[in-house]
Amino acid sequence: MSVGPGLIGLGPEEWQAVLLSLKVAAVATLASLPPGLAVAWLLARRRFPGRALLDGVVHLPLILPPVVTGYLLLLAFGRRGVFGAALAEAGIVFAFRWTGAALACAVMGFPLMVRAMRLSLEAVDRRLEQAAGSLGAPPLMVFLTVTLPLSLPGCLAGAVLAFAKAMGEFGATITFVSNIPGETQTLPSAIYTLTQVPGGEGAALSLTLVSVALSITALLVSEALAARAGRRLEAE
Amino acid sequence: MSADEAAAIAVDVSLRRGDFALEAAFAAGPGLTALFGRSGSGKTTLIDLVAGLARPDRGRIVAGGQVLVDTAARVFLPPHRRRIGVVFQDARLFPHLSVRQNLAYGRVFARRRHDPAQFAAVVGMLGIGALLDRRPAGLSGGERQRVAIGRALLAEPRLLLMDEPLAALDEARKAEILPYIERLRDEAGVPVVYVSHSVAEVARLAGTIVVLEGGRVAAAGPAEAILRRADLIPLHGEPGALLAMEVAGADPASGLVRLTGQAGQLLVPDLAHPPGTRVRVRVPARDVLVALDPPQGLSARNVLPGRIAALNPAETGVLVEIDCNGAILAARLTAAAVRDLALVPGREVVAIVKSAAIDPAGFGSGRPAVTI
Repeated sequence: MSVGPGLIGLGPEEWQAVLLSLKVAAVATLASLPPGLAVAWLLARRRFPGRALLDGVVHLPLILPPVVTGYLLLLAFGRRGVFGAALAEAGIVFAFRWTGAALACAVMGFPLMVRAMRLSLEAVDRRLEQAAGSLGAPPLMVFLTVTLPLSLPGCLAGAVLAFAKAMGEFGATITFVSNIPGETQTLPSAIYTLTQVPGGEGAALSLTLVSVALSITALLVSEALAARAGRRLEAE
Repeated sequence: MSADEAAAIAVDVSLRRGDFALEAAFAAGPGLTALFGRSGSGKTTLIDLVAGLARPDRGRIVAGGQVLVDTAARVFLPPHRRRIGVVFQDARLFPHLSVRQNLAYGRVFARRRHDPAQFAAVVGMLGIGALLDRRPAGLSGGERQRVAIGRALLAEPRLLLMDEPLAALDEARKAEILPYIERLRDEAGVPVVYVSHSVAEVARLAGTIVVLEGGRVAAAGPAEAILRRADLIPLHGEPGALLAMEVAGADPASGLVRLTGQAGQLLVPDLAHPPGTRVRVRVPARDVLVALDPPQGLSARNVLPGRIAALNPAETGVLVEIDCNGAILAARLTAAAVRDLALVPGREVVAIVKSAAIDPAGFGSGRPAVTI
């Protein structure tokens, strides 16, 4: 890889881990957006049997040990897993692939994303949605033209949080897809590996600084978006 | 097609929510129909039922030939397919859209091509041309309400529901917006159902009044007839006549303004209506005196000859209806006065109205009340 070896002390393998982490986190976040929004909307706006159960399942990754989540993913999506075997026949493989890392990150970030989105959807004035309906807008259009724009900063903040979580995810990822350089060795896995080998401290420290910088950036972006959402609601 | 199908709106519903029971049936024609009653009388529930925000336990609602709800036939049209425009008390403009985008919002779903002439006509009628590029957050309460009316109109509704649109505004803003509602009633060609608990608004705007009390229709009919009904005094406070008149011009001798109409001529303190303006004047019954002969040496300016049409017992005294050349005036007298003057239906009398009793700020303009 041509990107500056030696710059802040990162070698090609470390850079590979950073770029892989960015890719995994981006894919995990983007793929979670539609289901995240749908679940957040269901929890914010609909009363249905099984709502409490859905709420609990969504929050499960937040309270389970990440290793347990990773192991459950392995049981479900491993090569011999409940869904993994069928998906493998369709050509979709998660086990020991970067896509598996993305799946693990998506699952771990999902509760954070849904929480933020749900709060901001709940803050949208339902009377505005009623007004849109009285003007002829069907429910999906009401969502796309009124609910979503008004809750956008909060929804984006949720996505940023999920992205940050994905950048830092370790336990579920390493349990599910192991720690293969260039395929599933994300930033935290690389740091962990470097701390386990003699002479790896320098590179580990560099990667740690990168990780801290990315996390702080994500947090600042999330805060800025949340502040904007707050201002917009006050302006009404 | 039955009479109900031809009406702008025909409602016959019942609904029970806890202690509150609504059992209401009414129909309204073109023009402006007021749903009038105290808070808790069921006005807002009725609006919700017509708009599709609530379901009746039983009943049927038909608007402009389209069945919106029919519990017997298991019909319930969702709100977005009803084409019922709603102007809410709290405008409910979309804060993330400009005024122009708010106005255009419903058009997309009405599946109509953008018609610049109609857009301009509505914007002109409501006087909101200067606001188009602003955001709702920067508008005054009255401006917001005018934009909300325009937004509802441009979605081409078959019926416009206005739910206490002035209740959240101060007196000055109300006075600013009332003429626009009169223009809407007279020019837009869309039937309006106007919910209010204000007698002044209803007297000024309504052609037909449906009085709600405790979830039931207590009375319904032409505004003139409802507003002078003695048995509704507990509801509307003070009965009075509604007269359709026209500004004839200034009366230099008195410094007042002369109005002419079917009942005759009235001199009133006018503020700003130019000659030729058609106005509807509310004459409170307590401000009308009855004499057997034209009076001599009296300060009151307005003396209208007529004949007793009816004597209705009221809570205090008697409400005397006087037919002045076809227009009905109402006077509230004591039972003793009625006895002393030997007033009986058919008797010729003169009605005397104090000029100062007529509040020009309460004048409605436009066409006289529509009756059905």
